[in-house]
Amino acid sequence: MADTIGTPYVGRAMKRVEDPRLIKGLATYVDDIRLPGLLHAVILRSPHAHARIGRVDVSAARAIPGVVAVLTGADVNAACGLVPCAAAIPDLKAPKHTVLAGDRVYFVGHAVAVAVATDPYIARDAIDAIDVDYDPLPAVTNPEEAVKSGTPLTHPDLGSNIAYTHVVAGGSDIDEAFRRADRVVKHRLCHQRLTPMPIEPRGVVASYDPGEGTLTLWTATQIPHLLRTLLPGMIGVPENKLRVVAPEVGGGFGAKLNVYPEEALCAHLAMRLNAPVKWIESRRENAASTIHGRDQIGEYEVAVKKDGAILGIRTRTVADLGSYLQLLTPAIPTLTGLVLTGCYRIPAVKMEIVGVYTNKMATDAYRGAGRPEATYLIERLMDVVARELGIDRVDLRLKHFPAPAEFPFATSCGLTYDSGNYQGALTKARQLANWDQLLKDRAAARAAGRLSGIGISTYVEICAMGPSKAMPAGGWEWGCVRMEISAKVTVITGVSPHGQGQETTFAQFVADRLGVLMEDIVVLHGDTNVAHYGRDTYGSRGTAVGGSAIVMCIDKIVAKAKTLAAHLFETTADHVVFEKGTFRAPGVTNREIGWPELAGEAYVAKNLPAGLEPGLEASSFYEPQNFTFPFGTHIVAVEVDRDTGHVAITKYVAVDDCGPQINPLIVEGQVQGGIAHSIGQVLFEQTIYDENGQLLTGELMDYALPRAADIPEYILGSTVTPSPVNPLGIKGVGEAGTIGATPAIANAVLDALQPLGVTHLDLPMTPERVWQAIKTRTAAPVGA
Amino acid sequence: MPIPVRLRVNNAPRQHDIEPRLLLVHYLRDVCGLTGTHVGCDTSICGACTVLVDGKAVKSCTMFAIQADGSDVTTIEGIATNGHLHRVQQGFWDCHGLQCGFCTPGMIMASVHLLAGNASPSRAEIADGLRGNLCRCTGYSHIIDAVAQAANSTEVTHG
Repeated sequence: MADTIGTPYVGRAMKRVEDPRLIKGLATYVDDIRLPGLLHAVILRSPHAHARIGRVDVSAARAIPGVVAVLTGADVNAACGLVPCAAAIPDLKAPKHTVLAGDRVYFVGHAVAVAVATDPYIARDAIDAIDVDYDPLPAVTNPEEAVKSGTPLTHPDLGSNIAYTHVVAGGSDIDEAFRRADRVVKHRLCHQRLTPMPIEPRGVVASYDPGEGTLTLWTATQIPHLLRTLLPGMIGVPENKLRVVAPEVGGGFGAKLNVYPEEALCAHLAMRLNAPVKWIESRRENAASTIHGRDQIGEYEVAVKKDGAILGIRTRTVADLGSYLQLLTPAIPTLTGLVLTGCYRIPAVKMEIVGVYTNKMATDAYRGAGRPEATYLIERLMDVVARELGIDRVDLRLKHFPAPAEFPFATSCGLTYDSGNYQGALTKARQLANWDQLLKDRAAARAAGRLSGIGISTYVEICAMGPSKAMPAGGWEWGCVRMEISAKVTVITGVSPHGQGQETTFAQFVADRLGVLMEDIVVLHGDTNVAHYGRDTYGSRGTAVGGSAIVMCIDKIVAKAKTLAAHLFETTADHVVFEKGTFRAPGVTNREIGWPELAGEAYVAKNLPAGLEPGLEASSFYEPQNFTFPFGTHIVAVEVDRDTGHVAITKYVAVDDCGPQINPLIVEGQVQGGIAHSIGQVLFEQTIYDENGQLLTGELMDYALPRAADIPEYILGSTVTPSPVNPLGIKGVGEAGTIGATPAIANAVLDALQPLGVTHLDLPMTPERVWQAIKTRTAAPVGA
Repeated sequence: MPIPVRLRVNNAPRQHDIEPRLLLVHYLRDVCGLTGTHVGCDTSICGACTVLVDGKAVKSCTMFAIQADGSDVTTIEGIATNGHLHRVQQGFWDCHGLQCGFCTPGMIMASVHLLAGNASPSRAEIADGLRGNLCRCTGYSHIIDAVAQAANSTEVTHG
């Protein structure tokens, strides 16, 4: 379709504006930044999970030609503030998180020393030449053991391995619910530890200008603005002299939603050595020293009546936090509690969360952050309840859905779901999956002795984060739109996309609303000297929250332009009509004014009405009044190979409702990418530390990411239920696939194994684990 | 001790004195300034560093630059002709075969190699042919669409 002004871009599968530079190899990621006199830092990391550091001899390393500096914690920690955690939990015990290790190391991969050289190969030689005496100490690796008294301590100075105990509870009285129950269904569920593994590891370049006193930090991050807020406290450069740039960023998935020690370390080195410093993370470092995700173990109890009515859910969940608190570490399990009731009317809920320190890398937000955990739990529990009561699992779900007319729907967890039609998404998914045929096919396969299963999950998630009162550091978003004198449009957003495609989707709706061509719009982001304010990209907030700030700017510009047009038409603004980029005053004049003329008048400023400022630029802060709550239904068919335990996904249907879609191709990409993470979680992926705290999945050779051949062909559909929360009606889609898919796939595998009497398998359901279950015809032991 | 290396990169002759331990990927990125080839791991698993050496897809993070002495190396910067995108590049753009773009150069180079050996691969053959390349964003489905489109396209399109 040829692009003409007035032909809507929104709703069309536009090719991405970002792509030409990416497919030509011309994009600039952190590692592509070249500066004169650039030095290279390489970090020496602990091979032990827990050890006392004795003598550190750096003399041989310092003697290598080309080595500029070799520094340890004793050299740098006093000059750098502590790594911050933004999550506030009552009575939280927090260890001091220094930039380099002090007298102990607390996890494999803990940074011990840094070498800086003129060449990265020489810096690597230098860390090999550092001699460290470690005195190994007992490692804490099992979080359930760690809460018992008399066990070794991760941080002896804290006196306990328990970081916090926090209760999320709501609705009616939970004990009363269990007293009234005909039956209590109990189940133990684990969310394994996962490694986010963006294909670009982290990296930092820091450059200090001693004349100006300004520091520029290029970093592979999702949160340049939060870094600009939080780094000054670590490095002593004031916020208004710190520029943080997230250039092209190669995936994040939550792993780059953090303030990391290396960001402060490189800043410190650049100032200390008076030269720009680059640090590029190796994959091995990424596996050990970039945050991990999930890692929760819970005992769940569901109070049910004979007819299947669920009265309440209670649980005690142990969350393995690892050894330190990163930016949001302790808050992630509490998000699980907030959405534990899923898309169901469940009157009472109580979740006790015990956050535990172990000698491992910190856990933190990984794609979905808390909601995949909740969805996996509630959707597994729905299947378990249905099986134990002999009720159809779809009927059980339908029985507990709120009706579309009941929205906004207040949950017992204390949230208000904005809008929803859960029945609609379920119905559409069953149609797309040809549900009745699937059941017949399964019956035929089983009759033929094959292990065939169908899984379903109906999910809701918390997105568009979020209202500032519910966020640690404000949940608003900032934007700026400038109609330039040439009638080109510059859009600046405070969100920091790194693959989500907002240079395209923002241009689509801005073009429609301003009546200009997309090719005349540029969307800028990710540089705090350009986008002065922002709260960045996470929690499916980019378009719903960031886009809404842009809508506010557009409204301001159009209102101002109408005032100016009215002046030029010699009438009042209420007579001016704006449509498809043209201003008219029907009944007053036949004259039409387009953006080029109007922008010229605005900036040349020789004929402005009294009191009107020159220029056509507006900036806005958008404050969301609520989260948004996307939802959907995923249906999966699998076949399990009896002889090998291999799981083949034979059908995958996803119906997601993220509200109106600006670009359905990008939405599809987000959903498919999210599902792939879940396929990994259910079938392959697990971050494994052995009993000594040694990381066994320290490379891509040992940590099994899904490959192209592991992915089924998808049947994707959508329903559209606008959110009343924001002016675009958009709910967000970045995490939907990961949230809906995990339980659907797990339920399908267990449905396939049900004829054998297998009622539970821990994640990941690897061929070996499935094969063992088939062989023994019983559940594999937890943690096996 | 630096030793000389002579090779062709994207059809241009190159000659440098380099450390024998210099990896091909670092030679391309740091000596030739061709930063489109990326490093995503240290063990030849992710494929972000894939380039063509004498027409064959190679993980340039596990090959020394001196091993390419006398070879013809093609990187992502070298496959467009006269400003026209290669049909694989066009396929990735048309089909939304990339999100963050970091794996993309390697994914495209592996696809070029795949299509050179199999002009009309099935979806399963495309997936199998890309087993050496990891993507964490797209879930691969659009990548397979992109390569399938490229296979069906004979025309050179404008970039």
